[in-house]
Amino acid sequence: MALVRITGLTKYFNDHKAVDNISLATREGEFLVLLGPSGCGKTTLLRMIAGLEKPSSGEVVIGGRVVNDLPPRVRNIAMVFQSYALYPHMTVFKNISFPLRALKMEKEKINEKVEWAAQMFGIEQLLNRKPRELSGGERQRVALARAMVRMPSVFLLDEPLSNLDAKLRASAREELQQFQRQIGITTIYVTHDQVEAMGLGNRIVVMNHGKVRQIGTPWEVYHEPADTFVATFVGSPPMNLTEQGDVLVGFRPESFLPLEVNQGHGELKQFEFEVSLVEDLGGDRLIYGRLDEQFGRQRVVSRFAPNINFPIEAGRTHLFTVPEGKVKLFDRQTGVRIEKNIPAGEPDGRD
Amino acid sequence: MDAIETAPKAHFREYWDRRRILAPVMISPALLYIVALVGFPFVLAILYSLSDATTGNPSIHFVGLRNFATILHDPVFIRSLENTFLFTFVSQALVVVLSSILALALSEDFRGKQVVRFLILLPWTAPISLGAIGWLWIFDSVFSPMDWLLRAAGLLGVPHGFFGADSNLYWLGRPILAMASVIVVQTWRILPLATVILLAGISAIPNEILDAAAVDGASFWRRLFQIEIPLLLPVISIAVLFGVVFTFTDMTVVYVLTRGGPINSTQVLASWAFFVGIEAGDLGQGAAVALFLFPVLAGGTALVLRFARRREVA
Amino acid sequence: MADFRKLRKQASIYGVATFFTIFCAFPFYWMLITTFKRDSDLFNPTNDPFILNAAPTLDHLRVLFFHTLFLRYLLNTFVVGAAVVIITLLVAVPAAYSLTRWAGRWGEGLGIGIFLTYLVPPTLLFIPLSRVVAFFGLTESIGSLILVYPTFTIPFCTWLLMGFFKSIPPDIEEQALIDGYSRLGALVKVVLPLSISGLLTVVVFAFTLSMQEFIYALAFISVSAQKTVSIGVPTELVRGDVFRWGPLMAAALVASIPVAILYTFFLDRFIAGFTMGAIK
Repeated sequence: MALVRITGLTKYFNDHKAVDNISLATREGEFLVLLGPSGCGKTTLLRMIAGLEKPSSGEVVIGGRVVNDLPPRVRNIAMVFQSYALYPHMTVFKNISFPLRALKMEKEKINEKVEWAAQMFGIEQLLNRKPRELSGGERQRVALARAMVRMPSVFLLDEPLSNLDAKLRASAREELQQFQRQIGITTIYVTHDQVEAMGLGNRIVVMNHGKVRQIGTPWEVYHEPADTFVATFVGSPPMNLTEQGDVLVGFRPESFLPLEVNQGHGELKQFEFEVSLVEDLGGDRLIYGRLDEQFGRQRVVSRFAPNINFPIEAGRTHLFTVPEGKVKLFDRQTGVRIEKNIPAGEPDGRD
Repeated sequence: MDAIETAPKAHFREYWDRRRILAPVMISPALLYIVALVGFPFVLAILYSLSDATTGNPSIHFVGLRNFATILHDPVFIRSLENTFLFTFVSQALVVVLSSILALALSEDFRGKQVVRFLILLPWTAPISLGAIGWLWIFDSVFSPMDWLLRAAGLLGVPHGFFGADSNLYWLGRPILAMASVIVVQTWRILPLATVILLAGISAIPNEILDAAAVDGASFWRRLFQIEIPLLLPVISIAVLFGVVFTFTDMTVVYVLTRGGPINSTQVLASWAFFVGIEAGDLGQGAAVALFLFPVLAGGTALVLRFARRREVA
Repeated sequence: MADFRKLRKQASIYGVATFFTIFCAFPFYWMLITTFKRDSDLFNPTNDPFILNAAPTLDHLRVLFFHTLFLRYLLNTFVVGAAVVIITLLVAVPAAYSLTRWAGRWGEGLGIGIFLTYLVPPTLLFIPLSRVVAFFGLTESIGSLILVYPTFTIPFCTWLLMGFFKSIPPDIEEQALIDGYSRLGALVKVVLPLSISGLLTVVVFAFTLSMQEFIYALAFISVSAQKTVSIGVPTELVRGDVFRWGPLMAAALVASIPVAILYTFFLDRFIAGFTMGAIK
């Protein structure tokens, strides 16, 4: 097992700065998620860790060794690509044993290890098939088995679930997490899907335009976003932002509730909310509308959990509130959080 | 434990990973080959054309533009130049028309299509020098099957016959007929290439476009002229381009059928360069004649580049 | 009405196909029938030339194989073809790989540049090349052809292979790098096995193109025993003014058909190279 440490990593493609002076370090056995919109540099960062791209400047350290000048094959990492990149001309067995054969391992040992990996992913019965005869889910398992078979020191995953359909994705996510905990290999996982990131990561690195915007636990990233980008990228629907003088006032849709519901949650900030549309999602309800003149008739969203039975309908104006503790303030120019005392770390009781 | 066991060996042959080393190493044999055996000979051709080198005395002694002055005053060279243009233009015009018709027919499905395709491709797929030998026998001065047909039809070999009273036409023995013969054979040779290029283009026209036209009630001719031909224009130009380059610079058909005769009436630049430079051994003049092929080649090259660039934009 | 139209269309398709089939294939029919005709039948201008007027004979084939150098020409052709295939593969595979994977836009340009050298005709270069061949001491030997033919097979095959390599997803190669292989290892273990059909195409084209070549062979070789089929047949089976049409046609047919079959099989890929993506 090994730690990955990155310092001042920058990558230019011609004039374009894909990765901009990023520093971060994994913790032992951690599941670290790189989250950001497409083109934010997260895949480039992963590829530099893998050795598939050469950094323009900065350092990549794996297991205490600077690996900048080392090709991928001597970094002892495994990587699963979005496409799974199974070798089409090889059977599943040959695919999984391919990394072992590179090490010139004995045949018996190879068989043993392939068996072990296949068992772990429940694909023993597929060993003689070719990749084109497999379903999407099976391919993904083969790719994972191939990555795992030689026990790499670091495990890199580039959107490995995005080629699965929605149903399969949920179960694959759960399996992936279980399995990572079981093996305990440091894992770096790239995704643009914030739900995936929240569900999988011990910590999330939120990136945009080649820069790290925030590194934190899922709880921190969601509840204490470092800036407006994180606030609006994480969460669906995103955090509401309204202008008030030089600051942007942010609050999550689920904290933005009628006075009657929020009463008893400490001090409340009040808004006049003119409802224009109510969307019933089966469980939750989404209420769309505008704030009053004081907030420039800003469009905002409220989210009612299933246990809130408050009657509401389009066309009427209600008095809505946000508990003061849930209001986040951002600089209007830079988008950075401006409260003095941002609580660090996760409080005992999650809400 | 496993991790230690599978840890990479400390030293490894790094140069197999360095693209800065590998990329030039892998490309260089090809570049070397082309520079040494295409680039250098081309420069040599220019040097020869400015010298009086011969096969017997190949050292280069410059004589300025004397070779060019000589050949420009040589009626055979002028004749060859004219013939080359005539030969290229007429054969390629025929190729465009015939290959369009043929490609449209072959784009439909019918029984026995694979066999027909094989037979139609023969002129391009079989070695041209052997195909031309077949034509040499077809154009034979005594046993030509075409003469036999004309005689059987009463058009030849009888008093006041449409093609004369002689029993044979002597296809390769009369200047005009000989030229027509080499043009027909060159057309025959290039036709399959142009046809398959056009066929590839036709099959690439999206079916929706043709279906939409059919639904709109467009007639066959309207469909042909307003949809298919405009869509095929780039492909047709590619076919013409290669046809022209291959025809303008070739001498195989002429060499096998007529050797440029009778009395140079089918002589083309390429064959004349061969006779002067190789058979007569006058490297200087031969090279000068061959260099006249270059402008057409350069033009063709420029057009190819334009196509390539347009593709990059698309 | 619609039926009539359909019928008319069918008829015109068959009509066009028949006309062109006869035009294109007639010389080969002519070779075929001449091969089996007795001389007495062949050289009688009043006989119907399109059919056998007497029992077929194998005399011409016998003369061709046992009393001419035809087998020698075939052997020479084969040796030249095989050597050219090997040289072409050794040079074009790394070149194409390097251009597709590493050189980016610059590689595309260089690739087109290499392809363009395919257009440089033998007739422009045979005079200086005859001196180059002499310099290497290869005058009057098939060695000269082995040296020179790759000048057109390398450009074309490099271009063809670039298309094949481009269609292999880079992911798969990078996966091999991650899985513990060097660039060269990935090329050998992953890229080449996935380009088998491309390599086969290159083998066929390098072979057929060198089999068809006429002009360099004519310019460099005049010794009978060193000739290839494409020049041996037209130049050697004619003695002075005496054409031995029977063996000549037999030779043309025997040498043409195998090449034509091979070539036809791979033609679509060849055309894909020519059209350079003008067709998607």
